[in-house]
Amino acid sequence: MFDDFFIRALIAGIGISLVTGPLGCFVVWRRLSFFAGTLAHSALLGVTMALFFEINIAFSVFIISAVLAILLLQLQKKTKLPNDALLGLLAHASLAVGLVVIGFLTSIRFDVMGLLFGDILAVNQNDLLVIWLGGGLILIILKLIWKPLFASTVNYELSEAEGMKPDKFNAIFTILTAALIAISIKIVGLLLITGMLIIPAATARNVSNNPKQMVIFSVTFGLISVLVGLFTSLKVNSASGPSIITAALFLFILSLIKFKKKSELKQ
Amino acid sequence: MENKNEKILLKVENASYYLNDKALIKEVSLEIKQGEIVTLIGPNGSGKSTTAKIALGIYKKIEGRVRRFTERIGYVPQKVSVDWTLPIRVIDFMSLTENLKNDQINVALNLTGVDHLKNKSLSNLSGGEFQRVLIARAIAKKPELLVLDEPVQGVDFKGEIALYELIKKISDKLNCGILLISHDLHVVMSATDFVICLNGHVCCSGKPHTVVKDEKYKELFGDRASNILSLYEHEHDHSHSADGSIDPKK
Repeated sequence: MFDDFFIRALIAGIGISLVTGPLGCFVVWRRLSFFAGTLAHSALLGVTMALFFEINIAFSVFIISAVLAILLLQLQKKTKLPNDALLGLLAHASLAVGLVVIGFLTSIRFDVMGLLFGDILAVNQNDLLVIWLGGGLILIILKLIWKPLFASTVNYELSEAEGMKPDKFNAIFTILTAALIAISIKIVGLLLITGMLIIPAATARNVSNNPKQMVIFSVTFGLISVLVGLFTSLKVNSASGPSIITAALFLFILSLIKFKKKSELKQ
Repeated sequence: MENKNEKILLKVENASYYLNDKALIKEVSLEIKQGEIVTLIGPNGSGKSTTAKIALGIYKKIEGRVRRFTERIGYVPQKVSVDWTLPIRVIDFMSLTENLKNDQINVALNLTGVDHLKNKSLSNLSGGEFQRVLIARAIAKKPELLVLDEPVQGVDFKGEIALYELIKKISDKLNCGILLISHDLHVVMSATDFVICLNGHVCCSGKPHTVVKDEKYKELFGDRASNILSLYEHEHDHSHSADGSIDPKK
Protein backbone atom coordinates (compact mmCIF):
# COMPACT_ATOMS: atom_id res chain seq x y z
CA MET A 1 0.00 0.00 0.00
CA PHE A 2 2.65 2.49 1.05
CA ASP A 3 6.30 2.53 0.29
CA ASP A 4 8.67 1.43 3.01
CA PHE A 5 10.14 4.88 3.40
CA PHE A 6 6.71 6.31 4.16
CA ILE A 7 5.95 3.66 6.77
CA ARG A 8 9.28 4.45 8.40
CA ALA A 9 8.48 8.16 8.36
CA LEU A 10 5.10 7.46 9.99
CA ILE A 11 6.60 5.34 12.74
CA ALA A 12 9.26 7.97 13.35
CA GLY A 13 6.74 10.82 13.36
CA ILE A 14 4.43 9.04 15.79
CA GLY A 15 7.34 8.34 18.11
CA ILE A 16 8.41 11.97 18.06
CA SER A 17 4.94 13.38 18.70
CA LEU A 18 4.57 11.17 21.78
CA VAL A 19 7.61 12.93 23.25
CA THR A 20 7.06 16.50 22.01
CA GLY A 21 3.58 16.49 23.59
CA PRO A 22 4.55 16.44 27.27
CA LEU A 23 7.93 18.13 26.77
CA GLY A 24 6.27 20.91 24.77
CA CYS A 25 3.87 21.61 27.64
CA PHE A 26 6.81 22.23 29.93
CA VAL A 27 8.51 24.41 27.31
CA VAL A 28 5.36 26.56 27.10
CA TRP A 29 4.78 26.62 30.88
CA ARG A 30 8.38 27.56 31.62
CA ARG A 31 8.57 30.11 28.78
CA LEU A 32 11.43 28.30 27.14
CA SER A 33 10.32 28.50 23.50
CA PHE A 34 13.23 30.68 22.48
CA PHE A 35 15.61 28.47 24.42
CA ALA A 36 14.38 25.37 22.61
CA GLY A 37 14.76 27.28 19.34
CA THR A 38 18.36 28.11 20.18
CA LEU A 39 19.16 24.48 20.89
CA ALA A 40 17.57 23.51 17.60
CA HIS A 41 19.62 26.06 15.65
CA SER A 42 22.79 24.63 17.11
CA ALA A 43 21.77 21.24 15.76
CA LEU A 44 23.15 22.18 12.34
CA LEU A 45 26.60 22.46 13.84
CA GLY A 46 25.98 19.08 15.46
CA VAL A 47 25.12 17.52 12.11
CA THR A 48 28.21 18.90 10.41
CA MET A 49 30.33 17.61 13.26
CA ALA A 50 28.75 14.20 12.80
CA LEU A 51 29.56 14.20 9.08
CA PHE A 52 33.06 15.46 9.69
CA PHE A 53 33.97 12.91 12.35
CA GLU A 54 31.71 10.23 10.90
CA ILE A 55 29.72 9.64 14.08
CA ASN A 56 25.99 9.20 14.70
CA ILE A 57 24.06 12.38 13.89
CA ALA A 58 21.65 12.21 16.85
CA PHE A 59 24.55 11.67 19.25
CA SER A 60 26.56 14.54 17.85
CA VAL A 61 23.57 16.92 17.89
CA PHE A 62 22.83 15.99 21.47
CA ILE A 63 26.40 16.74 22.53
CA ILE A 64 26.46 20.13 20.78
CA SER A 65 23.06 21.10 22.27
CA ALA A 66 24.17 20.11 25.74
CA VAL A 67 27.41 22.10 25.38
CA LEU A 68 25.39 25.08 24.20
CA ALA A 69 23.07 24.83 27.21
CA ILE A 70 26.06 24.84 29.57
CA LEU A 71 27.60 27.76 27.66
CA LEU A 72 24.37 29.69 28.07
CA LEU A 73 24.37 29.14 31.84
CA GLN A 74 27.96 30.41 32.03
CA LEU A 75 27.17 33.49 29.91
CA GLN A 76 24.16 34.24 32.09
CA LYS A 77 26.43 34.33 35.11
CA LYS A 78 29.31 36.25 33.57
CA THR A 79 27.64 38.96 31.46
CA LYS A 80 24.82 41.34 32.11
CA LEU A 81 23.19 40.88 28.71
CA PRO A 82 19.51 39.96 28.92
CA ASN A 83 18.50 36.39 28.30
CA ASP A 84 16.88 36.91 24.92
CA ALA A 85 20.00 38.64 23.56
CA LEU A 86 22.19 35.77 24.76
CA LEU A 87 19.85 33.21 23.21
CA GLY A 88 19.77 35.09 19.92
CA LEU A 89 23.53 35.36 19.95
CA LEU A 90 24.04 31.64 20.51
CA ALA A 91 21.29 30.56 18.11
CA HIS A 92 22.50 32.50 15.12
CA ALA A 93 26.20 32.17 15.85
CA SER A 94 25.93 28.39 15.98
CA LEU A 95 23.73 28.30 12.87
CA ALA A 96 26.23 30.48 10.99
CA VAL A 97 29.24 28.45 12.08
CA GLY A 98 27.39 25.29 11.09
CA LEU A 99 26.66 26.65 7.60
CA VAL A 100 30.25 27.82 7.14
CA VAL A 101 31.59 24.43 8.13
CA ILE A 102 29.18 22.71 5.71
CA GLY A 103 30.75 24.76 2.93
CA PHE A 104 34.09 23.10 3.63
CA LEU A 105 32.67 19.59 3.46
CA THR A 106 32.72 19.57 -0.36
CA SER A 107 33.50 15.90 -0.56
CA ILE A 108 30.16 14.93 0.99
CA ARG A 109 26.93 15.29 -0.94
CA PHE A 110 24.65 16.92 1.50
CA ASP A 111 21.01 18.01 1.53
CA VAL A 112 20.87 21.19 3.61
CA MET A 113 17.19 21.74 2.86
CA GLY A 114 16.33 18.32 4.24
CA LEU A 115 18.20 19.15 7.37
CA LEU A 116 16.45 22.47 7.85
CA PHE A 117 12.93 21.35 7.03
CA GLY A 118 12.85 17.59 7.47
CA ASP A 119 12.87 14.87 4.85
CA ILE A 120 10.73 11.74 5.05
CA LEU A 121 12.95 10.00 2.54
CA ALA A 122 15.88 10.28 4.91
CA VAL A 123 14.61 8.07 7.74
CA ASN A 124 16.31 4.68 7.93
CA GLN A 125 15.87 1.73 10.29
CA ASN A 126 18.68 2.94 12.47
CA ASP A 127 16.90 6.28 12.95
CA LEU A 128 13.72 4.50 14.03
CA LEU A 129 15.67 2.69 16.68
CA VAL A 130 17.20 5.94 17.94
CA ILE A 131 13.82 7.69 17.96
CA TRP A 132 11.90 4.97 19.80
CA LEU A 133 14.63 4.01 22.26
CA GLY A 134 15.71 7.60 22.86
CA GLY A 135 12.13 8.84 22.97
CA GLY A 136 11.12 6.08 25.36
CA LEU A 137 14.00 6.94 27.64
CA ILE A 138 13.10 10.64 27.58
CA LEU A 139 9.49 9.83 28.51
CA ILE A 140 10.48 7.51 31.34
CA ILE A 141 12.80 10.11 32.84
CA LEU A 142 10.18 12.82 32.43
CA LYS A 143 7.64 10.64 34.21
CA LEU A 144 10.10 10.03 37.06
CA ILE A 145 10.92 13.71 37.58
CA TRP A 146 7.40 14.93 36.87
CA LYS A 147 6.48 15.99 40.40
CA PRO A 148 9.56 18.05 41.33
CA LEU A 149 9.81 19.49 37.82
CA PHE A 150 6.18 20.51 37.86
CA ALA A 151 6.50 22.00 41.35
CA SER A 152 9.46 24.12 40.29
CA THR A 153 7.57 25.17 37.17
CA VAL A 154 4.68 26.44 39.26
CA ASN A 155 6.89 28.22 41.78
CA TYR A 156 10.65 27.95 42.11
CA GLU A 157 10.92 29.29 45.65
CA LEU A 158 8.13 27.16 47.00
CA SER A 159 9.66 23.99 45.60
CA GLU A 160 13.12 24.96 46.83
CA ALA A 161 11.78 25.72 50.32
CA GLU A 162 9.92 22.44 50.55
CA GLY A 163 12.90 20.36 49.49
CA MET A 164 12.11 19.58 45.85
CA LYS A 165 15.61 20.51 44.57
CA PRO A 166 14.46 22.55 41.54
CA ASP A 167 17.95 23.32 40.15
CA LYS A 168 18.73 19.67 39.69
CA PHE A 169 15.49 18.90 37.87
CA ASN A 170 15.66 22.02 35.73
CA ALA A 171 19.07 20.84 34.51
CA ILE A 172 17.71 17.37 33.73
CA PHE A 173 14.87 18.96 31.80
CA THR A 174 17.34 20.94 29.69
CA ILE A 175 19.17 17.74 28.82
CA LEU A 176 15.89 16.05 27.87
CA THR A 177 15.06 18.94 25.54
CA ALA A 178 18.46 18.66 23.88
CA ALA A 179 17.94 14.92 23.47
CA LEU A 180 14.53 15.38 21.89
CA ILE A 181 15.91 17.84 19.35
CA ALA A 182 18.65 15.38 18.52
CA ILE A 183 16.23 12.59 17.68
CA SER A 184 13.71 14.66 15.77
CA ILE A 185 15.66 16.75 13.24
CA LYS A 186 15.40 14.22 10.45
CA ILE A 187 11.62 14.33 10.38
CA VAL A 188 10.75 17.85 11.44
CA GLY A 189 13.93 19.70 10.52
CA LEU A 190 15.89 21.93 12.81
CA LEU A 191 14.13 25.18 11.89
CA LEU A 192 10.73 23.78 12.76
CA ILE A 193 11.22 21.52 15.75
CA THR A 194 10.37 24.41 18.10
CA GLY A 195 7.02 24.67 16.32
CA MET A 196 6.40 20.99 16.97
CA LEU A 197 7.07 21.59 20.66
CA ILE A 198 5.02 24.73 21.06
CA ILE A 199 2.05 24.67 18.69
CA PRO A 200 0.35 21.43 19.89
CA ALA A 201 0.93 22.49 23.51
CA ALA A 202 -0.49 25.95 22.88
CA THR A 203 -3.49 24.37 21.14
CA ALA A 204 -3.97 22.07 24.11
CA ARG A 205 -3.96 25.01 26.50
CA ASN A 206 -6.97 26.47 24.77
CA VAL A 207 -9.08 23.41 25.48
CA SER A 208 -7.89 22.14 28.87
CA ASN A 209 -8.21 23.19 32.49
CA ASN A 210 -5.63 21.07 34.27
CA PRO A 211 -2.03 20.03 33.60
CA LYS A 212 -2.61 16.33 32.88
CA GLN A 213 -5.40 17.12 30.46
CA MET A 214 -3.17 19.61 28.67
CA VAL A 215 -0.45 16.97 28.24
CA ILE A 216 -2.92 14.44 26.84
CA PHE A 217 -4.37 16.97 24.38
CA SER A 218 -0.89 18.11 23.43
CA VAL A 219 0.12 14.55 22.51
CA THR A 220 -3.14 14.05 20.61
CA PHE A 221 -2.76 17.24 18.58
CA GLY A 222 0.89 16.40 17.91
CA LEU A 223 -0.11 12.97 16.59
CA ILE A 224 -2.82 14.38 14.35
CA SER A 225 -0.41 17.00 13.00
CA VAL A 226 2.22 14.39 12.20
CA LEU A 227 -0.26 12.09 10.44
CA VAL A 228 -1.93 14.84 8.43
CA GLY A 229 1.40 16.48 7.69
CA LEU A 230 3.11 13.32 6.49
CA PHE A 231 0.23 12.28 4.22
CA THR A 232 0.16 15.78 2.74
CA SER A 233 3.90 15.63 2.29
CA LEU A 234 3.50 12.39 0.36
CA LYS A 235 0.61 13.63 -1.76
CA VAL A 236 1.87 17.06 -2.78
CA ASN A 237 5.55 16.31 -2.42
CA SER A 238 6.16 19.04 0.13
CA ALA A 239 8.88 18.92 2.79
CA SER A 240 7.67 16.96 5.82
CA GLY A 241 8.51 19.54 8.51
CA PRO A 242 6.53 22.45 7.05
CA SER A 243 3.59 20.13 6.28
CA ILE A 244 3.44 18.89 9.89
CA ILE A 245 3.69 22.39 11.33
CA THR A 246 1.02 23.70 8.95
CA ALA A 247 -1.32 20.92 10.08
CA ALA A 248 -0.57 21.89 13.70
CA LEU A 249 -1.39 25.49 12.86
CA PHE A 250 -4.83 24.50 11.52
CA LEU A 251 -5.58 22.67 14.76
CA PHE A 252 -4.53 25.75 16.70
CA ILE A 253 -6.90 27.94 14.70
CA LEU A 254 -9.74 25.47 15.32
CA SER A 255 -8.99 25.50 19.06
CA LEU A 256 -9.24 29.30 19.04
CA ILE A 257 -12.83 29.06 17.83
CA LYS A 258 -13.71 26.58 20.55
CA PHE A 259 -11.83 28.64 23.10
CA LYS A 260 -13.73 31.76 22.13
CA LYS A 261 -17.05 29.97 22.52
CA LYS A 262 -16.04 28.70 25.92
CA SER A 263 -15.10 32.10 27.25
CA GLU A 264 -18.31 33.60 25.88
CA LEU A 265 -20.26 30.95 27.75
CA LYS A 266 -18.54 31.87 30.96
CA GLN A 267 -19.60 35.48 30.66
CA MET B 1 3.62 28.67 77.39
CA GLU B 2 7.21 27.56 77.72
CA ASN B 3 8.69 25.07 75.33
CA LYS B 4 12.07 24.59 76.82
CA ASN B 5 12.29 20.88 76.23
CA GLU B 6 10.95 20.94 72.71
CA LYS B 7 12.98 20.01 69.69
CA ILE B 8 14.75 22.81 67.84
CA LEU B 9 13.54 22.94 64.22
CA LEU B 10 15.50 25.80 62.74
CA LYS B 11 18.59 27.68 63.74
CA VAL B 12 19.95 30.72 61.91
CA GLU B 13 23.27 32.00 63.22
CA ASN B 14 24.72 35.39 62.27
CA ALA B 15 23.34 35.24 58.75
CA SER B 16 24.15 38.08 56.36
CA TYR B 17 23.01 38.33 52.76
CA TYR B 18 24.39 40.67 50.13
CA LEU B 19 22.89 41.63 46.80
CA ASN B 20 25.14 43.71 44.51
CA ASP B 21 27.41 44.49 47.48
CA LYS B 22 24.53 45.87 49.48
CA ALA B 23 23.65 44.05 52.66
CA LEU B 24 19.98 43.12 52.74
CA ILE B 25 20.31 41.66 56.19
CA LYS B 26 23.23 41.65 58.57
CA GLU B 27 24.05 39.14 61.27
CA VAL B 28 20.56 37.92 61.92
CA SER B 29 20.14 35.04 64.33
CA LEU B 30 17.00 33.22 65.26
CA GLU B 31 15.78 29.89 66.52
CA ILE B 32 12.46 28.11 66.27
CA LYS B 33 11.34 25.26 68.46
CA GLN B 34 8.40 22.90 68.19
CA GLY B 35 5.09 24.49 69.09
CA GLU B 36 6.54 27.98 69.06
CA ILE B 37 5.44 30.98 67.01
CA VAL B 38 8.26 33.37 66.18
CA THR B 39 7.30 36.57 64.43
CA LEU B 40 9.39 38.91 62.32
CA ILE B 41 8.27 42.51 62.27
CA GLY B 42 9.85 45.58 60.72
CA PRO B 43 9.26 48.32 58.17
CA ASN B 44 9.21 47.69 54.40
CA GLY B 45 12.59 46.66 53.09
CA SER B 46 13.85 45.66 56.51
CA GLY B 47 14.72 42.14 55.36
CA LYS B 48 11.83 40.12 56.72
CA SER B 49 11.17 38.08 53.58
CA THR B 50 14.90 37.82 52.95
CA THR B 51 15.38 36.35 56.40
CA ALA B 52 12.62 33.83 55.75
CA LYS B 53 14.17 32.84 52.42
CA ILE B 54 17.56 32.38 54.02
CA ALA B 55 16.00 30.25 56.73
CA LEU B 56 14.36 28.11 54.03
CA GLY B 57 17.54 27.73 51.97
CA ILE B 58 16.18 29.62 48.97
CA TYR B 59 19.06 32.06 49.22
CA LYS B 60 22.19 30.00 49.55
CA LYS B 61 25.08 32.41 49.11
CA ILE B 62 25.08 33.76 52.62
CA GLU B 63 27.50 34.45 55.39
CA GLY B 64 26.73 32.72 58.62
CA ARG B 65 25.04 29.41 59.18
CA VAL B 66 21.57 28.00 58.71
CA ARG B 67 20.53 24.63 60.01
CA ARG B 68 17.17 22.98 59.51
CA PHE B 69 16.37 19.95 61.60
CA THR B 70 13.29 18.88 59.71
CA GLU B 71 12.37 18.23 56.11
CA ARG B 72 8.67 18.63 56.66
CA ILE B 73 8.35 22.28 55.77
CA GLY B 74 5.31 24.24 54.63
CA TYR B 75 5.88 27.63 53.04
CA VAL B 76 3.46 30.41 52.20
CA PRO B 77 5.48 32.86 50.07
CA GLN B 78 4.69 36.54 50.01
CA LYS B 79 4.01 36.47 46.31
CA VAL B 80 2.95 33.62 44.06
CA SER B 81 1.87 34.25 40.52
CA VAL B 82 0.78 31.43 38.31
CA ASP B 83 1.03 32.08 34.61
CA TRP B 84 -2.10 31.72 32.47
CA THR B 85 -0.31 29.25 30.19
CA LEU B 86 -0.27 26.76 33.05
CA PRO B 87 -3.78 25.42 33.60
CA ILE B 88 -3.92 24.37 37.22
CA ARG B 89 -6.83 23.88 39.59
CA VAL B 90 -6.81 24.29 43.35
CA ILE B 91 -6.86 20.52 43.75
CA ASP B 92 -3.75 20.12 41.54
CA PHE B 93 -1.98 22.86 43.45
CA MET B 94 -2.74 21.28 46.83
CA SER B 95 -0.54 18.26 46.20
CA LEU B 96 2.24 20.22 44.54
CA THR B 97 5.05 19.02 46.77
CA GLU B 98 3.40 16.10 48.54
CA ASN B 99 1.07 13.31 47.52
CA LEU B 100 -2.12 13.94 49.46
CA LYS B 101 -5.27 11.90 49.78
CA ASN B 102 -8.50 13.46 48.73
CA ASP B 103 -9.84 13.82 52.27
CA GLN B 104 -6.60 15.42 53.47
CA ILE B 105 -7.11 18.05 50.79
CA ASN B 106 -10.74 18.50 51.78
CA VAL B 107 -9.93 18.93 55.45
CA ALA B 108 -7.26 21.54 54.80
CA LEU B 109 -9.42 23.52 52.38
CA ASN B 110 -12.28 23.31 54.82
CA LEU B 111 -10.13 24.72 57.63
CA THR B 112 -9.32 27.84 55.62
CA GLY B 113 -12.89 28.09 54.35
CA VAL B 114 -12.33 27.50 50.65
CA ASP B 115 -13.42 23.89 50.08
CA HIS B 116 -15.95 25.10 47.51
CA LEU B 117 -13.09 26.30 45.28
CA LYS B 118 -11.48 22.88 44.93
CA ASN B 119 -12.09 22.48 41.21
CA LYS B 120 -11.58 26.11 40.26
CA SER B 121 -8.62 27.37 38.27
CA LEU B 122 -5.99 29.13 40.34
CA SER B 123 -5.98 32.02 37.90
CA ASN B 124 -9.68 32.69 38.59
CA LEU B 125 -9.28 33.16 42.34
CA SER B 126 -9.39 36.51 44.08
CA GLY B 127 -6.41 37.66 46.14
CA GLY B 128 -7.97 36.64 49.43
CA GLU B 129 -9.16 33.28 48.13
CA PHE B 130 -5.68 32.58 46.78
CA GLN B 131 -4.11 33.31 50.17
CA ARG B 132 -6.51 30.89 51.82
CA VAL B 133 -5.55 28.22 49.30
CA LEU B 134 -1.86 28.92 49.91
CA ILE B 135 -2.32 28.47 53.65
CA ALA B 136 -4.39 25.33 53.13
CA ARG B 137 -1.68 23.84 50.92
CA ALA B 138 1.04 24.58 53.44
CA ILE B 139 -0.84 22.97 56.36
CA ALA B 140 -2.29 20.03 54.43
CA LYS B 141 1.03 18.21 54.45
CA LYS B 142 1.19 18.45 58.24
CA PRO B 143 4.52 20.23 58.39
CA GLU B 144 6.83 20.41 61.37
CA LEU B 145 7.90 23.89 60.38
CA LEU B 146 5.61 26.48 58.83
CA VAL B 147 6.95 29.66 57.29
CA LEU B 148 4.24 32.21 56.65
CA ASP B 149 5.19 35.39 54.81
CA GLU B 150 2.29 37.79 55.33
CA PRO B 151 -0.21 34.98 55.00
CA VAL B 152 -3.41 37.01 55.25
CA GLN B 153 -2.71 39.81 52.80
CA GLY B 154 -5.83 40.67 50.86
CA VAL B 155 -8.07 38.65 53.16
CA ASP B 156 -11.16 40.43 54.49
CA PHE B 157 -11.12 41.66 58.08
CA LYS B 158 -13.30 38.92 59.49
CA GLY B 159 -11.34 36.24 57.67
CA GLU B 160 -8.08 37.71 58.85
CA ILE B 161 -8.91 37.17 62.50
CA ALA B 162 -10.23 33.68 61.79
CA LEU B 163 -7.10 32.73 59.88
CA TYR B 164 -4.78 33.96 62.62
CA GLU B 165 -6.82 31.95 65.12
CA LEU B 166 -6.43 28.98 62.78
CA ILE B 167 -2.66 29.46 62.62
CA LYS B 168 -2.50 29.51 66.40
CA LYS B 169 -4.67 26.40 66.54
CA ILE B 170 -2.48 24.61 64.02
CA SER B 171 0.66 25.37 65.97
CA ASP B 172 -0.94 23.80 69.03
CA LYS B 173 -2.52 20.85 67.26
CA LEU B 174 0.38 19.84 65.01
CA ASN B 175 2.90 21.04 67.57
CA CYS B 176 4.80 22.63 64.69
CA GLY B 177 7.07 25.65 64.82
CA ILE B 178 5.95 28.73 62.94
CA LEU B 179 7.97 31.57 61.50
CA LEU B 180 5.48 34.34 60.84
CA ILE B 181 5.98 37.60 59.02
CA SER B 182 3.27 40.08 59.70
CA HIS B 183 2.53 43.77 59.56
CA ASP B 184 -0.34 43.39 61.93
CA LEU B 185 1.18 44.40 65.25
CA HIS B 186 -2.03 43.55 67.11
CA VAL B 187 -1.87 39.95 66.03
CA VAL B 188 1.84 39.72 66.55
CA MET B 189 1.64 40.90 70.10
CA SER B 190 -1.27 38.74 71.13
CA ALA B 191 -0.52 35.43 69.44
CA THR B 192 3.25 35.20 69.35
CA ASP B 193 5.75 33.57 71.66
CA PHE B 194 8.77 35.50 70.46
CA VAL B 195 9.13 38.68 68.43
CA ILE B 196 12.10 39.72 66.35
CA CYS B 197 12.15 43.31 65.26
CA LEU B 198 14.18 43.69 62.08
CA ASN B 199 15.65 46.68 60.34
CA GLY B 200 18.41 45.12 58.25
CA HIS B 201 19.72 43.73 61.51
CA VAL B 202 17.98 42.53 64.65
CA CYS B 203 16.89 45.73 66.37
CA CYS B 204 15.47 44.07 69.39
CA SER B 205 13.88 40.76 70.20
CA GLY B 206 12.16 38.99 73.01
CA LYS B 207 8.73 38.23 74.35
CA PRO B 208 6.03 40.58 73.04
CA HIS B 209 5.63 42.53 76.26
CA THR B 210 9.36 43.21 76.54
CA VAL B 211 9.76 44.19 72.91
CA VAL B 212 7.04 46.84 72.96
CA LYS B 213 8.87 48.67 75.72
CA ASP B 214 12.16 48.66 73.88
CA GLU B 215 13.29 52.14 72.84
CA LYS B 216 14.34 50.83 69.42
CA TYR B 217 10.90 49.36 68.83
CA LYS B 218 9.34 52.73 69.66
CA GLU B 219 11.76 54.45 67.31
CA LEU B 220 10.83 52.09 64.49
CA PHE B 221 7.09 51.96 64.88
CA GLY B 222 6.31 55.13 66.81
CA ASP B 223 5.03 55.62 70.35
CA ARG B 224 1.51 54.54 69.55
CA ALA B 225 2.69 51.06 68.65
CA SER B 226 3.66 50.56 72.26
CA ASN B 227 0.08 50.86 73.34
CA ILE B 228 -0.94 47.90 71.32
CA LEU B 229 -0.50 45.52 74.19
CA SER B 230 -2.72 47.55 76.44
CA LEU B 231 -5.49 47.18 73.90
CA TYR B 232 -5.14 43.59 72.90
CA GLU B 233 -3.34 41.57 75.47
CA HIS B 234 -5.80 41.74 78.29
CA GLU B 235 -5.12 38.33 79.72
CA HIS B 236 -1.49 38.99 80.32
CA ASP B 237 0.04 39.85 83.60
CA HIS B 238 0.44 43.57 83.38
CA SER B 239 -1.37 46.64 84.50
CA HIS B 240 -1.73 50.04 82.95
CA SER B 241 -0.42 53.23 84.42
CA ALA B 242 -2.29 56.48 84.18
CA ASP B 243 -0.76 57.56 80.88
CA GLY B 244 -1.61 54.26 79.23
CA SER B 245 1.90 52.81 79.30
CA ILE B 246 2.39 49.31 80.59
CA ASP B 247 3.56 48.15 83.97
CA PRO B 248 4.17 44.44 83.94
CA LYS B 249 3.64 42.77 87.29
CA LYS B 250 6.34 40.45 88.26
